[in-house]
Amino acid sequence: MFHRESGIFKTTYAGDMALYPLPIAKWTVAVLVLVFVVILPLTVHEYYLSILNLIFIAIVGALGLNILVGYTGQISIGHAAFMSVGAYTAANLAVRMDLPFWITLPAGGLMAAAIGVVVGMPSLRIKGLYLAIATLAGQLIIEWTINHVPAISGGAQASIEVDRPSLFGFSFDTQHRLYYFLLFFAAIAIVATLNLVRSRIGRAFVAVRDQDIAAEIIGIDIYRYKLLAFAISSFYAGVCGVLYTYYFGIANYEQFQLIVSIDYLAMIIIGGLGSVLGSIFGAIFVTLLPIVIRILMEDVGALFFTQAEIANVISGLRLGVFGGLIIFFLIVEPEGLNRLWRNIRSYFRVWPFSY
Amino acid sequence: MSEDMEFTFALILNGASIGLMYSLIALGFVLVYKATDAINFAQGEFVMLAGLIVAMLISFESVPLAIAVVVVLAVMIGFGFGLERVVLRPLLGRPVVAVIMATIGLAAVLRGLGPVIFGSETRALSLPIGDEPVVIGPASLPPIQVLGAVVAIVFFLAFSWFFKKSRMGVAMRAVADNQQVAQAMGINVERYFALAWAMAGIVSAMGGIVWGSMLGVDVHLALVGLKVFPVVILGGLDSIGGALVGGLIVGIVESLAAGYLDPYVGGGTKDFAPYVLMILVLMIRPYGIFGKRKIERV
Repeated sequence: MFHRESGIFKTTYAGDMALYPLPIAKWTVAVLVLVFVVILPLTVHEYYLSILNLIFIAIVGALGLNILVGYTGQISIGHAAFMSVGAYTAANLAVRMDLPFWITLPAGGLMAAAIGVVVGMPSLRIKGLYLAIATLAGQLIIEWTINHVPAISGGAQASIEVDRPSLFGFSFDTQHRLYYFLLFFAAIAIVATLNLVRSRIGRAFVAVRDQDIAAEIIGIDIYRYKLLAFAISSFYAGVCGVLYTYYFGIANYEQFQLIVSIDYLAMIIIGGLGSVLGSIFGAIFVTLLPIVIRILMEDVGALFFTQAEIANVISGLRLGVFGGLIIFFLIVEPEGLNRLWRNIRSYFRVWPFSY
Repeated sequence: MSEDMEFTFALILNGASIGLMYSLIALGFVLVYKATDAINFAQGEFVMLAGLIVAMLISFESVPLAIAVVVVLAVMIGFGFGLERVVLRPLLGRPVVAVIMATIGLAAVLRGLGPVIFGSETRALSLPIGDEPVVIGPASLPPIQVLGAVVAIVFFLAFSWFFKKSRMGVAMRAVADNQQVAQAMGINVERYFALAWAMAGIVSAMGGIVWGSMLGVDVHLALVGLKVFPVVILGGLDSIGGALVGGLIVGIVESLAAGYLDPYVGGGTKDFAPYVLMILVLMIRPYGIFGKRKIERV
């Protein structure tokens, strides 16, 4: 039951594509479910739960960006803008029409997907650098529009307050309750992505990434799949934005600026491009890093900086370390933390007889 | 001239001088792209770095401006060389997306650590040019814009000469055209890659001085870099003349948009119009006005 395979013995395509390659995988999943659904929320302090909550939200966004950048190879610097589209759609629906979250959440996602397709349109003609610049323009134009159209942004401060989500009169208003709320969506996002990438669509994405002209020649409608990748990725981003809105109780454009797009790019590069597990690692890493930096700076930084400077220093260091890590991983380990994890695992698989 | 015409003329003149200052920064981007095919998303951060260094140097009373300029040029050249060696060279031959993301990472590093090292307050960078506006016809310009435009034009002339006449410039054009053939002709390709980054450093140093003295020096100076993209897309990524023309068009369009549209939409069109223009260009003619059209083969 708790064995691993000693080699690759797959004889069918179905076996190769299976979600659970070995019986042990089912047990791993069962243990993870037990830990996350029962043990963690019962034992962990509220503060750590709030960090977990942020990680769950980040996982949804990182998975979406990874589908676009990691699997389909279309770069996007406008991910945060799609989040803001989702966030403001949901916030407007929730406040003005008093709709529950199970309507506003998909609505936010779909709206973001629609905008994502429009921004992704140029990808039909251009790619690489040009696409990066086009999505950058998309980010800036969406940011500007939200900021300057009071009908969207709710006027003052460009922010809208929303109530906590509730289901059948049960309100998710504490960190504990929000934990289950967010865990549910993070789990759905993970399973949906795992299934997406092993489906016909997912393999078409990978073909487009590896060589789009060759993909077209073997019969993949690359325009359709590029736009589909933008739509799916933006849908995830929109949902991620809605989750942020419900989690903080406010939709504010400052949460979705260009710098957030870079955070998410950092997540998938550090975690590993083109891998679900990598997106999760990246989301965890990038969410925890500022917390670690803050703790370090509050203890050690006091020796070098005055109290007033420390807030600036923390935000500066955070950005600097992200950038440094992006460069480091691109040069040294392009497959990211996911690759490191696989190396460790395959080392222990044959341990202690490695030859 | 009627009042309307005078207003338009003033807007165009103002836009053109700002546009020339944009094209000065865009020049750094184009030089790198032309020679090395690498895309520099950190061009604005280069400018910010140069501005921070100059502002810090002249804040020591004993350092004259001339020395500060020389020092910042030296530092930026060294920075360009070092950057090519440490970050870009290991990425040679990797997909274009990797280089883009590496320079985005570089931008984050500079923007994050710049204020930590140099201090986060806004510093003035005053040049000894007075503040008497320069009157041209019915309009007038602040002297810093005139200086910026003059510096931009001087650099364009200098680089045009460099690429057409000097031995190094010709070698660089050969590298840009075809790296393998250039190598076979005995050109040290890696050296010219480093040189291109160093030249981007020189241009950014000048950009940092003129933009820094116009806007004040702090981390927001890097936002000027965002205007580089409309300029280079419009002009064509690998065309030096394109950067000049693109800069002029972007500057004039944004000035006219700000003058005529701002009263209706409540401000901010200046940051918005260039991108709309850019999206249109990307849809219709992605390689820009003077850019080389790339044909892709499997």
